[in-house]
Amino acid sequence: MKASAFAYARATSVANALELLTAYGERAKVLSGGQSLVPAMNLRLVAPDLIVDIGELTELRGAAVKRGVLTIGALTRHADLLKSPEIAAHAPLLKDAVAHIAHPAIRNRGTIGGSLAHADPASELPACMLTLGATIIARGPGGERRIAANEFFAGIYETALTPQELLVAVELPLTPKNSTHFFHEFARRHGDYAIVGLAAQASIKDERFADLRLGFFAVGDRPLLAKSASKLVDVAVTSAVLSEAASALDDELDPLEDQQATPAMRRHLAKVLLARCVSLLLARPDLCAGASA
Amino acid sequence: MTSERSNLQTLSALDRPNSYIGKTVPRPNLDRLMQGRGLYVSDIELPRMAHAVFLRSPHAHARIVGIETSAAKQMPGVIAVVSGSELSTVITPWVGVLSHLKGLKSAPQNAIAIDRVCWQGEAVAAVVAASRAQAEDAAEHVLVKYEELHAVTDMRAALDPATPVIHASLGDNLAFERIHDAGAVDQAFAESDEVVEAEFVFGRHTGVTLEPRAVVADWNAAEARLTIYQGTQAPHMVQNIAALHLGLKESQVRVVCKDVGGSFGIKVHIYADEMATYALSKLLRRPVKFVADRVESFNTDIHARDHRCKGKIGVKRDGTIMAFEIDDLTGIGPYSMYPRTSAIEANQVVNLVGGPYVTGNYRARARVVFQNKNVMCQYRAVGHPIACSVTEGLVDLAAMKIAMDPVEIRRRNLIADDAYPCASPSGLRFEQLSHHAALAKLVQMMDYDALRAEQAALRVSNIHRGIGIASFIEVTNPSAAFYGVGGAKISSQDGVAVRVDAQGSVICQTSITEQGQGSESLTAQIVGSVLGVSMDRVRVILGDTDNTPYGGGTWASRGAGIGGEAALQAAKTLRKNILDVAAAVLQSTPSELDIVNNVVVNVGDGEPRIDLSELARIVYFRPDTLPPGIQPELMATRHFVPREYPFAFTNGIQASWLELDPDTGFVKLLKHWVVEDCGTIINPQLVDEQIRGGVVQGLGAALFEKCVYDERGQLTNANMADYLVPMSGEMPDIDVGHVVTPTLESELGAKGAGEAGTAGAAAAVTNAVNDALRPFGAIITEIPLTPQVILTALGRI
Ligand SMILES: Cc1cc2nc3c(=O)[nH]c(=O)nc-3n(C[C@H](O)[C@H](O)[C@H](O)COP(=O)(O)OP(=O)(O)OC[C@H]3O[C@@H](n4cnc5c(N)ncnc54)[C@H](O)[C@@H]3O)c2cc1C
Repeated sequence: MKASAFAYARATSVANALELLTAYGERAKVLSGGQSLVPAMNLRLVAPDLIVDIGELTELRGAAVKRGVLTIGALTRHADLLKSPEIAAHAPLLKDAVAHIAHPAIRNRGTIGGSLAHADPASELPACMLTLGATIIARGPGGERRIAANEFFAGIYETALTPQELLVAVELPLTPKNSTHFFHEFARRHGDYAIVGLAAQASIKDERFADLRLGFFAVGDRPLLAKSASKLVDVAVTSAVLSEAASALDDELDPLEDQQATPAMRRHLAKVLLARCVSLLLARPDLCAGASA
Repeated sequence: MTSERSNLQTLSALDRPNSYIGKTVPRPNLDRLMQGRGLYVSDIELPRMAHAVFLRSPHAHARIVGIETSAAKQMPGVIAVVSGSELSTVITPWVGVLSHLKGLKSAPQNAIAIDRVCWQGEAVAAVVAASRAQAEDAAEHVLVKYEELHAVTDMRAALDPATPVIHASLGDNLAFERIHDAGAVDQAFAESDEVVEAEFVFGRHTGVTLEPRAVVADWNAAEARLTIYQGTQAPHMVQNIAALHLGLKESQVRVVCKDVGGSFGIKVHIYADEMATYALSKLLRRPVKFVADRVESFNTDIHARDHRCKGKIGVKRDGTIMAFEIDDLTGIGPYSMYPRTSAIEANQVVNLVGGPYVTGNYRARARVVFQNKNVMCQYRAVGHPIACSVTEGLVDLAAMKIAMDPVEIRRRNLIADDAYPCASPSGLRFEQLSHHAALAKLVQMMDYDALRAEQAALRVSNIHRGIGIASFIEVTNPSAAFYGVGGAKISSQDGVAVRVDAQGSVICQTSITEQGQGSESLTAQIVGSVLGVSMDRVRVILGDTDNTPYGGGTWASRGAGIGGEAALQAAKTLRKNILDVAAAVLQSTPSELDIVNNVVVNVGDGEPRIDLSELARIVYFRPDTLPPGIQPELMATRHFVPREYPFAFTNGIQASWLELDPDTGFVKLLKHWVVEDCGTIINPQLVDEQIRGGVVQGLGAALFEKCVYDERGQLTNANMADYLVPMSGEMPDIDVGHVVTPTLESELGAKGAGEAGTAGAAAAVTNAVNDALRPFGAIITEIPLTPQVILTALGRI
């Protein structure tokens, strides 16, 4: 199939992009890496009148640390995240997560801003944003807005952004030195969207979690920062504690049915991931044995 | 065991010192394709060419109440909007039946639906415009009013009296039924120590060629000739069918088939939209191009393998298999496909079940029903994966029941290598197979005992691995018994013409076609070897009904065995002709001369006598210098078709080694082995890669691929994100070994290798999964083996 006819503008500055978005409103679409937008256009699922290509706004690309904050520009490509020393040093979870996104050709084009704005509930990066406590920076006709990650994702392909706004960057607190992380997802094939995934960040003291943030994805219409994580913090984790946390997690999940899995299967796999995560982070293989018995 | 060739009185032309046979030589078309200089149908641009887009039914079954085209006709670039009834003025409908499939019935099918649509994706109108994009824009403005009808989707309900009949004129939804009963089945089951039953369920899937179906049809009214550029496996079949339904003589139709981006059987059929494109060109008197997009491909490329097969096996405690029984049901969509029909797959299942084994007790029923889904037809390894999965699944279940090792039960039941010629329980005749040699080789390649020990050791630490074995037979080199006897104008013979040009190079025209499997290479290898000419001097022309001999093309693993033999015989004749002239020129005798490396030499001492180029110069430019009475013929044509055996059966065996995660239901393929016997191997690399590619398609069926329809007949995963094709990341290493038993039907001795990989891969994987599941007491007889299916079987969800 071919996309419907559309007009194309290459934004020369953020201000220029915002002018175009203000003028066209819902009839315009921002083009970043095009890895989600262009397939949708070719299937005629979306038919914008105007494409605002922000690809040349180099000021939106790259990661930098300033005053204890890691800022990642919206146009930073998945491949950049994989290679960036700043990311490796200050948000290693992201590096692990990005390796699971699609294939090299797609990672060479797809951007973090595009991924967050697209808000596919099965995407890796939105969940990471929750886990890492990111702030999403948007600019619109009224100026800049700072949106907490847990208020940004509003549903399947839905975010707090208005059609006139451009996502320009995300800010992450630097991952503390003694912190550790876990990233895993179940996907049918390498590079496929996850059936269920988990991005976790933790600090451990005396063989207990001092802090544990569990960002699940593909378990509902948006990524989920599991409250049930609190059941595992500051306690000696036993099988009983773990299974209590798992059943609390179950109550938080609202998984969807799709080609790959029923809700029941997603619930099951989320609990398997939880067990594997906890067992790995605490170096307690015994906690996993229960799951496979 | 490698059997010796015994029928040749003299050293074969193939065994000559500089023979290319059995050598891995680069394919002559490689540079062209690697440098992007291939010519696919999509690349073809003709003056005044228009683009056709088909508006397709969103409903699985509906009456067309009205089609409103006036708005679409006003859209930019639009040349015509054509409905089914308008197109029917230039093209007649067809019925996909063949007389040797007794009782097979189907209804007339139109190039574009008239009055009624019978599956989601059937074309209801064609929009022809100056570009594909303009045609798509206009298609959005064609308004079709439908009245939805009940969609028959579940094959199990298709024959219920309460289910509506899709084609009233046919009386019911049963397209075809075959019953087979051989030996004394009831008695055999009664005498068995154990009888095991299971129902095997196979997911509907499709071929997913890299290049979609594509056609450019160019009706030249001045010449009264239609040229069809199409990526097809069978140009002469397309010529025949197009002529028949457009009211033309075959001589008025030329089919040109340049490069093809994969076919796998998908492109051996005649599709309604392709017929419509030919007709549109005739109607509009200009070239028309149609290239299916990916969504259309999923909705209209033939599907295959949607079977539910109940199976039963009887076994003695000593492992003797007493009998097989099957009851197979398959749903083929609303029409039997044209012209090869949609009954062949079920027919093959009946033919092939139990095929590798000694028992003669075999009862089978196969029923083929209509339903409102996309059409099903022949795809790589037609019926084989079903028959193999059922047979090998039953054999493993029987082995499990009597606590016998899967290798051992096969060793006790596979037909002995010295028992040939013999016949299968369904009456298929085997010339010479090598099951035991293949089994022995497989066991050695995979180090079976060590693998079993490793498996046992890992189980202790909660790692669950499985080993699965699957023996198979494969139909190759089909004679007229496949289609011709049923009245189809599909040739089972092939022809090759070879000639020497004025500089001693060789031009070879063959009726087999190339879709990537190496037809060009194997033809050049054979011709070069027989003639004594280096391969770089052999040019092969294929895929053009104006410029090749008449023949079947490339499908059913027949190119090398049939087209290769025709090439061999043509080259032998040409060689004799060359030596006759050379003898006259050199005042020698043909028997004293040979051709080596493009030079005529003495047989005795290898002394060069005359260059082929020099000989050609004399023949073409100075015939006056030849002795009187000599008329050189530096061109020869030969045709070949197997006559003694309807099919050249091959055999082989596969094994899978995998790890199953009982918590997640995920399967990781660790290794795959194949030993196969395709007779003479012309190019080992081409054969091995055919096997590997075939295995990968079988692994796709085993784990990933399925066309998912909902209960209303909507295909819900018609895209590459949701329809999962196997990708390299999930594929194991595939080791390929060979046993070589040439067929004596031809001098070449080659049988087919194109489908062996696909035939047994899924069966091996399913058996391995069940082997891994043993400690859990779960058995699965359904593919694809998705995590959902496995977790459900394990009771985890
Ligand atoms: C085969 C394939 C597999 C994939 N697998 C995965 C996977 O496993 N996991 C995964 O997470 N993703 C996957 N993707 C999607 C990929 O990661 C995309 O790149 C990403 O989701 C979108 O980023 P983009 O830069 O390409 O955005 P685009 O496609 O350019 O845009 C996506 C949407 O976001 C909007 N948008 C883009 N940038 C901005 C901005 N700065 N401000 C406001 N709105 C904006 C666009 O208007 C559009 O609506 C896959 C894609 C493909 C083609």
